[in-house]
Amino acid sequence: MKNPINGLNKVFDNRIRLGVMSILVVNEEVNFNDLKQMLEVTDGNLATHLVNLEDNGYIKVHKGFVGKKTNTTYSVTKAGEKAFSDHIAALETMIKGVK
Amino acid sequence: MSEQTRQSDTLQEISDIKRIMERSSRFISLSGLSGIAAGICALAGAYFANNIIADYYNKYNSGAGYSDKDFESLKLKLLLLAVIVLVAALLLAFVFTWRRAKQNQLPVWDLTARKLMWNVLIPLISGGLFILAMLQYNEWRFVAPACLIFYGLALVNGSKYTLTDIRYLGYLEVILGLINTQYTGYGLYFWAAGFGVLHIVYGVIMWWKYEKSS
Repeated sequence: MKNPINGLNKVFDNRIRLGVMSILVVNEEVNFNDLKQMLEVTDGNLATHLVNLEDNGYIKVHKGFVGKKTNTTYSVTKAGEKAFSDHIAALETMIKGVK
Repeated sequence: MSEQTRQSDTLQEISDIKRIMERSSRFISLSGLSGIAAGICALAGAYFANNIIADYYNKYNSGAGYSDKDFESLKLKLLLLAVIVLVAALLLAFVFTWRRAKQNQLPVWDLTARKLMWNVLIPLISGGLFILAMLQYNEWRFVAPACLIFYGLALVNGSKYTLTDIRYLGYLEVILGLINTQYTGYGLYFWAAGFGVLHIVYGVIMWWKYEKSS
């Protein structure tokens, strides 16, 4: 049996990053505050992980305005979608492998 | 790490992903009690509307005949009643859903609530304006069918963003509205069945299915 842990994505080791991806694959575009509310994390913590995901090319950032307030929204990239589904597939193999 | 703890960690991770996906795409706090309350408001409204219309015809048939003033007053009373019923139904529906969100410690106004609201409002506002335009041309016959059809379409559209069961309520409302187009004299009965009876039945089923135990 090949080692299933190989398929797991290091970037998704973190619960917050995994949470962000889980939200973005089922929602077209989500803003910072909604992500914060759903994941119950602090601003700084979330921001760090978002930068990490962006650096990996998994999410896209759109800076916009609502009135005079900035409204930053995030969406998943093709690469992000692929990485996420590969990660899920690896998790599935792990469960099947142990059975 | 033992194989067993690794497996339970993996299962935990998958269930977390699933939960977050669900939670971020569907508004799950919609309470069955909201449906029941809205249904009762609709039935009460239909009862009063029936009385108002009966009063009008009693006067009409008692020899007074047609008068513009009476007809205008009938229209105004019915429109006012419709607004009161709508506000009462929305208010009560909101209260029960808000209560359920609090019980489950979920935010009542979040991304999913906004999405649901937006997707329900598109067909609903279109329908509302369409019905007002019909009234503008004194076209009364299709008010009840149009209410049912547009409301049904609004529910079908919204069902993608909340518990999917509401889709079946939407289908039934649309079917009822379409049947009503062939029996236009019975609009109030169809309206009472669609907004009253169907809401109550739906509410009871939803409450039974999701809330009874909690």
